[in-house]
Amino acid sequence: MTSNVPTFKPRLTGKEVAEKIFRNQLFFPIAALFLLVIFNLITDPGFFKVTLEPNSAGNLVLSGNLITMIDYASELVILAIGMTLVTSASGGQDISVGATIAIAGSTVLRIVKTQSPNISNGKFAGMIIASFLLCVLVSALFGAFNGALVAFFKIQPMVATLILFTAGRSIAAWINNNDNISINDKRFSYFGNFIPGIAVPTPVFITILCLIVIAIVLKVTNLRLYSQAVGINASSSRLNGINPKMIKLLTFVILGVCVAVCGFIKVSRTSSITYSVIANNIEMDAILAVALGGNNLGGGKFNLTSSVIGAYVIQFLTTTLYKFKEIDSSSISAYKAAVVILLIIISSPFVRKFFEDRKNRREAAKAEALAGKESA
Amino acid sequence: MKKFVKMLVSSALVAAMAFGVCACNGGSTPTTAAPAPTDAPATEAPATEAPKTDGLIKVGIINNDPNESGYRTANDRDMKATFTAENGYEASFFYSLKNEEQIAAAQKFIQDEVDYLLISAAGTSGWDGVLEQAQKAGIKVILFDRTIDADESLYEASIVSDMAKEGQQAVEWLASQGLSEYKIIHIQGVMGSSAQIGRSGALDDKVKAESNWSIVKQQTAEWSEETAQQIVQAVIDSGEKFNVIYAENDNMAKGAAAALDKANISHGVGKDVIIIGFDCNTWALEELLAGNWNYDGQCNPFQASYIDDIIKNGVKTKVVIMEEKGFDAKTITADDVKNYGI
Repeated sequence: MTSNVPTFKPRLTGKEVAEKIFRNQLFFPIAALFLLVIFNLITDPGFFKVTLEPNSAGNLVLSGNLITMIDYASELVILAIGMTLVTSASGGQDISVGATIAIAGSTVLRIVKTQSPNISNGKFAGMIIASFLLCVLVSALFGAFNGALVAFFKIQPMVATLILFTAGRSIAAWINNNDNISINDKRFSYFGNFIPGIAVPTPVFITILCLIVIAIVLKVTNLRLYSQAVGINASSSRLNGINPKMIKLLTFVILGVCVAVCGFIKVSRTSSITYSVIANNIEMDAILAVALGGNNLGGGKFNLTSSVIGAYVIQFLTTTLYKFKEIDSSSISAYKAAVVILLIIISSPFVRKFFEDRKNRREAAKAEALAGKESA
Repeated sequence: MKKFVKMLVSSALVAAMAFGVCACNGGSTPTTAAPAPTDAPATEAPATEAPKTDGLIKVGIINNDPNESGYRTANDRDMKATFTAENGYEASFFYSLKNEEQIAAAQKFIQDEVDYLLISAAGTSGWDGVLEQAQKAGIKVILFDRTIDADESLYEASIVSDMAKEGQQAVEWLASQGLSEYKIIHIQGVMGSSAQIGRSGALDDKVKAESNWSIVKQQTAEWSEETAQQIVQAVIDSGEKFNVIYAENDNMAKGAAAALDKANISHGVGKDVIIIGFDCNTWALEELLAGNWNYDGQCNPFQASYIDDIIKNGVKTKVVIMEEKGFDAKTITADDVKNYGI
């Protein structure tokens, strides 16, 4: 009887709090982020220095490693949102996002390149909105194509999206007749860089906007519940009145919209496009973000926040690696892979279970010892 | 009954698959692009010396996919513009990035008894057999843009760019600028590509030889402007000083310039940072004309006129290295942009 008393304690002990934190899905990505921060602070104490300096247009802008990291993570974060939803509902990943970013970017440039740089601001805004809407439409259609293959034809997501993974970049090149385009209009670069008079890079605002939108969507609709239900068991969710096919299709369309936003930012950054390498391998980073966030890649329950943090971890890693002069250019991806393997292994259920088991065993031993003492 | 239906379905599937394989093969058969004169006189006899069809010279052109790069697009347009019926050619084109498909197409062209086989090979090896076949059939082979590992006697001529020379020209131009110190950010292309090796080699040698030349950062951006932008951004954030950006193609130079713009570092003629690009895209030459960049090295995609010359006037040298220009922002003219931009 007496041994049960402690569990009714109203307040948690420090140990229990620690355990709760450790069990939390957010713990791991935040810990990884923290490790990277420490590592960078040790190697370069000035790593996080942020300065406010004028840029070439004469506007004060924030600059520094931290800003760069947050800025360039934008596309990955936006993709991670869509990828998490697709993973949850379909239990698979979309590997065509890099190629569809090429298509989206190419679509934007197709519209923008036809306009001369001296059109008025009003006309320019109209053209940008038109090109953005078209690119959203195109990407959503390609998303729907992937989604239809997965939902209606029951093809595994990775195989279904392999089609666009292979063909996407050729389609992107074909949209613009394979021209090597460069946009001269300074205003077009605002979306990937800075809007005059605003010190924070525009992609950061776009990312925040996307995060707010998806947060509201998840709050007011049943999307979270439905996609998790479909991901955990499609047939039982169907019996409960959910249409799994529509939910799967919907998540792919949402990812398509995310891709459109990324494509738009990407081409705006440099005002040009290289079809064969734009957003190269970004699909792998996006999937990695979902995995690093501790989400089950087999579908079901998901935590969007931890995916987003996972995305920041990956970009942080990339920025850190770019910083090192000593790292040979041809081996940079090998370094990245090594760190990623480490992160994934540490966060794997196997390792977690191993540590938990060890802890349990220790506690059991302690309890046994205690019991032995009492009986003695 | 059920069994029968199953069998029917499976045999239908097998048939469909077989058809699919055939269709694949069909898809990669060469297509005749030029307005081919119909009813070409049947050349029953094995091709001896250059059999003519209606006085047109039959050429089979094997190239890489025009979607590969802007360079290839320009190259393909040049080929199509030169090998026309008006110029006395009947041209068939085949495109693939795969060596084995290209070799299969070459065999097809040999069966079709073309007079000349023009090849820009995807890979360097595996061509010996098919080139010997061509030689036996009396078909002359001219390589363009890329060389292959085969005996020189198997082809008439090869027309190539010398990437090392392109790099050399750019480095010489840079040296002629007489800076007291060269602090260079070197953005490389895909490691191991011939353009990367050639263009990197010249700079590496110079940096080793000169005491006032140093590399601030050397990294591959794999021809991608966004990666180039991030690399330059990382250098800017680290606070290191630099005054030259040596990017191995125009797109990467563009990405680098975008990073400089973001950080208020002036670039171009008479400014803080010298920007060097390669390939001579029209928009890049326009940047030069506007004084935003300093130098652009040409990688000449226009081999067609050289080939035309060889076919009509005979072979002069086995390996023809194309003349390639380098443009200085101070001297470039609007005509240059029009004539040399791709």
